[in-house]
Amino acid sequence: MQVELTHFLVVSTLLFSMGVFAIVTRKNAILVLMGIELMLNAANINFVAFSKFGGFGLSGQVIALFVIILAAAEAAIALAIVLNIYKTFSNVNVDEINNLKE
Amino acid sequence: MSLISLSIITLFLPLIGFTVLIFFGKRFEKIYLFEVGILFAALIISILIAYFKLTAYINQDLIFAFTWIDFGVTPLIGEFSIDLGIKIDNITVLMLFVVNLISFLVHLYSIEYMKGDIRFTRYFAYLGIFTFSMLGIVLTHNILMMFMFWELVGLSSYLLIGFWYEKDSASDAGKKAFLVNRVGDIGMLIGILILFTNYHTFTFDEIYAQIAVGNLPFDSYAWLTASGILIFMGAVGKSAQFPLHVWLPDAMEGPTPVSALIHAATMVAAGVYLLVRIFVMLTADAMLVIAVIGAITALVSATIALTQNDIKKVLAYSTVSQLGYMVLSIGIGAYAFAFFHLMTHAFFKACLFLGSGSVIHAMHHEQDIREMGGLKKKLPITYYTFLISSLAISGVPLFSGFLSKDGILAGSLAFGNLTGHWLLPIIGFTVALMTAFYMFRLVLVTFHGKPRNQEKFDHAHESPKAMTIPLITLAALSIFIFYTPNPFNSEAGWVLSDWIRTPEQVVPNEVRFDFMKSDAATGQSEITHSQMYTDAAHHAHYPAMILSLVLAGIGILIAFMMYVWGKIDSEKLKTKYNSLYKFSLNKWYIDEFYDASFIAGTHKSAKILAWFDYNVVDGIVNGTAALGRFVSMLSGWFDTYVVDGLVNFFALLNGFLGLSLRRIQTGKVQTYVVFVVFSLLVLMFFFRPF
Repeated sequence: MQVELTHFLVVSTLLFSMGVFAIVTRKNAILVLMGIELMLNAANINFVAFSKFGGFGLSGQVIALFVIILAAAEAAIALAIVLNIYKTFSNVNVDEINNLKE
Repeated sequence: MSLISLSIITLFLPLIGFTVLIFFGKRFEKIYLFEVGILFAALIISILIAYFKLTAYINQDLIFAFTWIDFGVTPLIGEFSIDLGIKIDNITVLMLFVVNLISFLVHLYSIEYMKGDIRFTRYFAYLGIFTFSMLGIVLTHNILMMFMFWELVGLSSYLLIGFWYEKDSASDAGKKAFLVNRVGDIGMLIGILILFTNYHTFTFDEIYAQIAVGNLPFDSYAWLTASGILIFMGAVGKSAQFPLHVWLPDAMEGPTPVSALIHAATMVAAGVYLLVRIFVMLTADAMLVIAVIGAITALVSATIALTQNDIKKVLAYSTVSQLGYMVLSIGIGAYAFAFFHLMTHAFFKACLFLGSGSVIHAMHHEQDIREMGGLKKKLPITYYTFLISSLAISGVPLFSGFLSKDGILAGSLAFGNLTGHWLLPIIGFTVALMTAFYMFRLVLVTFHGKPRNQEKFDHAHESPKAMTIPLITLAALSIFIFYTPNPFNSEAGWVLSDWIRTPEQVVPNEVRFDFMKSDAATGQSEITHSQMYTDAAHHAHYPAMILSLVLAGIGILIAFMMYVWGKIDSEKLKTKYNSLYKFSLNKWYIDEFYDASFIAGTHKSAKILAWFDYNVVDGIVNGTAALGRFVSMLSGWFDTYVVDGLVNFFALLNGFLGLSLRRIQTGKVQTYVVFVVFSLLVLMFFFRPF
């Protein structure tokens, strides 16, 4: 069986949906971040897949690398924020961190 | 220097005096002497003018005129301009002399009489402006300028009558004089404008030239008559003729020298002077009206003068009566005698007024003759001058009044003979009788008998020289010798034979009296009257003279019988003819009649107008205001409920929307993500490629 573009897209769609699900349902900020990582990686799969099957050369892979770098940076900053939130509020529950609302 | 420039100088000298006194009166106490000096200079100059005019230029009129305003060609009227100018004829110079002499004497007299008055210099300033205006009337050669000076005279007489304006009666009298004069002046102005509309000029000579060539106003005799009568209305006001005579007796509230100057000699004579000026354009109808008015005036005021007790009121009514004579004289065509009487009357009446002033001065401002008596010893100079003037006004021979009055009476007799209007001479002679009586009543009650108020009598003293010199001068001028060498024939004298000549009338023959039609036979333009009139006057001369002498004698006799010999008891007469006495004492109730008719009418119409104002005009104003208020109330309601309602509605709507939409703003990131994903899915569904 030949692995085709559709399979990649199905995988990335599943991955993206799981990421969204994680973001929407989880209360823990860490888990929300992990959902974001999933969504980013779903996008990466798409880049690579379209690059391979669309005849765009290596540009898709390059962008995927950039996204990974960006994700790493984002994770570093986000985790630092979460640490600070934890220091301030003593939890990382996103529902309860709503001081800006007032 | 020509006579013209001299006369311009005399005209403006009093005005200079007025200006200087008004501006510097408060600074220099003695400045009134400047005014008196100026009047003396004016007098000297007017004597010079009169002398040269009556010798070198006796047959020649001097005219000086210049264009004041040139209107060019105007719509409706055409080309016209207004000229100002001076005309000097024999009448002018005589009048100039009379005015200046009396004005100077009054100035001199006032120095003592008005001493200590708080507005002393102001008084002299007013005299100055009055003299200026009077000279303007005398000198002018056109009727417009005459009207201007006429009004100036009205103004200055108002100022002088109301000079003691702290007294209500004085300020009222000033107002009354001014307003009553206005009534006459309106008529005069209409008359002037009728002439101007037709002739496009104000100059007397040009108007007369037009009438002489048969150019009538609106091509009708009626308009010519009307314009004559209307201009005469001005004289009715100024010369205090019958319906408008009421102001003159009240004007006695002014200082006595003012009464002498204005209400005896000059201002009231202005009316007669005007008639003399317009004499040539008077038609027979107009002259008859004038004669009748004059006769009524003479009779009414003479009957009033019989019973008055105020020394000045008697003189005032006698003045009105004598003015009636002059106007009558114009009306019956005795032009020369009208002017002659004007002159002689000016002198003796000024003397009488100044004499009464002297008495009042001596009696410490007592004017009621019932408080006087026996003053002959205390005031000899005043007494004798007063007596001479009284003799003159009563028409006793050897005095000036006899000459002029006799001429008028003879004229009226001739007039009655020629036209059948016998009532005029009858009134004339009746008035002559009454004049003699009331003048001697005044003399006898004031100066003879025993003093009735001993205290005032004891304090009385002869007036100082500044007051007696004018009296003596004026009394001297009441003697016949200044006018004619023959005391029984005035026409033999230089005044009437050389100086005053009756001009030929210019109105067409059809509207003249028969006896005034021009004589084709003689062809002499200077003689107005036909042979018929000359004969009639000649025939009337001796009967008139004898009759007037007898009547004057009777009048004086009755006065003596009543007040000296006590043969007739005046008190008994008073009770016997009580209603007549009251009628005369209350001045024929004319003032009361005016109060009840014109004044009450004015008040009533003012009330009606006030009612109209209060109810209709104010109603409209208030209604407009109420309407405005109502409209603004509506607009306010609209603002509160509609505009504000709309605004509030949107605010509420927004609030409501905000409240309801606020629910979806949970502040939870996850909810937002759900929204985002959901909407992304919806968008993807809508924009799907298949």
